[in-house]
Amino acid sequence: MTKQIIVPFGPQHPVLPEPIHLDLVLEDERVVDAIPSIGYIHRGFEKLVEKREFTEYVYVAERTCGICSFIHGMTYCVGVEQIMNIEVPERADYLRTIWSEYSRLHSHLLWLGLFADSFGFENLFMNAWRIRERILDVFEQTTGGRVIQGTCKIGGVRRDIANEKLGEMAQDLDRTRKEIDDLTKIFLNDNTVRHRTRNVGVLSRDDAYHLGAVGPTARGSGVAIDLRKTGYAAYGKLNVPVVTDSCGDCYSRCLVRCRELFSSIDLIQQAIEKIPEGPIDVKVTGAPNGEFFCRAEQPRGELVHYIKGDGSKHLVRSRIRTPTLSNIPSLVKMLQGCELADVPVIVLSIDPCISCTER
Amino acid sequence: MAFFEMVKTALKTVVSRPATILYPYQPAKKTSLTRGHVTIDESRCISCGTCQRKCPAQAIVISKEAKTWQIDRLRCVVCNSCVDTCPVKCLFMDTQYSPPVTARSVEIIAITYVKPLKVEKTADKPEKKEEPGK
Amino acid sequence: MITQEQSIIPIDVGKLIGGVEQCRNEGYRLVQIGCTKVGDNAFEINYSFDKDYILKNLRITVTAETEVPSITGMYWGAFVYENEMHDLFGIQVKGINIDFKGTFIRTSVKYPFGVTVVKGEKP
Repeated sequence: MTKQIIVPFGPQHPVLPEPIHLDLVLEDERVVDAIPSIGYIHRGFEKLVEKREFTEYVYVAERTCGICSFIHGMTYCVGVEQIMNIEVPERADYLRTIWSEYSRLHSHLLWLGLFADSFGFENLFMNAWRIRERILDVFEQTTGGRVIQGTCKIGGVRRDIANEKLGEMAQDLDRTRKEIDDLTKIFLNDNTVRHRTRNVGVLSRDDAYHLGAVGPTARGSGVAIDLRKTGYAAYGKLNVPVVTDSCGDCYSRCLVRCRELFSSIDLIQQAIEKIPEGPIDVKVTGAPNGEFFCRAEQPRGELVHYIKGDGSKHLVRSRIRTPTLSNIPSLVKMLQGCELADVPVIVLSIDPCISCTER
Repeated sequence: MAFFEMVKTALKTVVSRPATILYPYQPAKKTSLTRGHVTIDESRCISCGTCQRKCPAQAIVISKEAKTWQIDRLRCVVCNSCVDTCPVKCLFMDTQYSPPVTARSVEIIAITYVKPLKVEKTADKPEKKEEPGK
Repeated sequence: MITQEQSIIPIDVGKLIGGVEQCRNEGYRLVQIGCTKVGDNAFEINYSFDKDYILKNLRITVTAETEVPSITGMYWGAFVYENEMHDLFGIQVKGINIDFKGTFIRTSVKYPFGVTVVKGEKP
């Protein structure tokens, strides 16, 4: 009868961007079970609806996460606009789409860097982040903030982008596309990367669907869910491809994210061509009275904002369900049966954003 | 199966310039829209209190009797709400970040706005009263 | 406007397991389990399911003492939401497959979302 020992993983670990705790039950270097535990970064955001009016709550919603902050703010605004039946002008929709896709680009490049770091390839980590710096520069030039943009508001956007600047951005993207091409060739073809990620952390298609996996974790196993197909904020007018792969191991999830980088660049260039002239916001009066489940596609998966208002300036409830919370059961399933040295690679392959999870 | 895919990129990085800036010896990259800190032109502020009501972090406190405008720099999240909603446009967003401090303190600025007196109306009124009488 | 269809169906606590089993057989996947406090001792729990981007919600209304049956028998991944609901609101859920017994999210105030403070705050 082999002896079982329990090894704690996290909350402080060099490979984790944010603190999560896993108790790994080991039998001789093979993981038998994993018990997750969160709660290290719980800030109680949802309680702040009682203290901040619904127009000010945009700032709180944006600060839930640093990597995917723009999409949190946008989803909250779209939800409140649906309850209050506000029609946002078309130019604002296109601007929101452009910023969301830049957000997705920077998040995937950040993840590629961290993934390379998880199996010790520091040179590749720094190269991915060098490309990401250029995207953050674009954010700073158009919104004023590198990480927290602060441009979404209920009724539209707060800042406009001049047409000459849009033309410059489209040309810069061609150069970025060439650099990302060089980078992804290394990730997908190099022998060392393949050795560490092929057949590691396999998740079958049925498991992914029934455990509630979302985003690239599910798409890497062949489940084609992408919330951009529902057509919020100008996605209905653009051609959104859904990228999937059928193997379900860490290499597939890396492949899905690399392909999504190219599809994001295509989407931004399409949106820049099609953006119309016009106003960027409408005036908002009154208060929301009703409830709505607003869903959007974050870089990590499906985000749900449940908003309930009763006609006063303070909302009754705002519930944020982030994709990493939904991917934790899949992570537990993937860890059963793997080697101890593969645990950091598997934990990073679901792209854990724990500050989103904890709110 | 490819080996040595990384060699081309690695050699290119060796011979080219570093991608990082030696901050703080070299100044940080800034654009015209960068949100650094909030400044006020105290000769235009009319103490209406709009910036205090709209601030989501509750960092601005205005005292009408003492005629002061104070801001807690550590609470301010530089969201630009006060700059956008000020009715007389006396608040501006500067591009430099606030410097780090070792103790929590509040910055108090005295408001020097003087409401211009309206002198013409009292001179007009006696003339107007005489005309209907005619 | 966006086309995100959704429907909310209020059901009884006793019929919850039957409703969830029907969703499982029809091929829905679990999206989230969310709780809202309405009134002094009443909570509304929304079970959200999705298939082909159409959202279907089952809603039950309970008090803090009601024992809610767990759906982890049919959806293995629901333990995350049920533990969080217990730790933040104080709802008693019976039969979770991985039960953390109150240690999933540790806060200094027990069941913090179950109490409401005065709305609005002066600086």
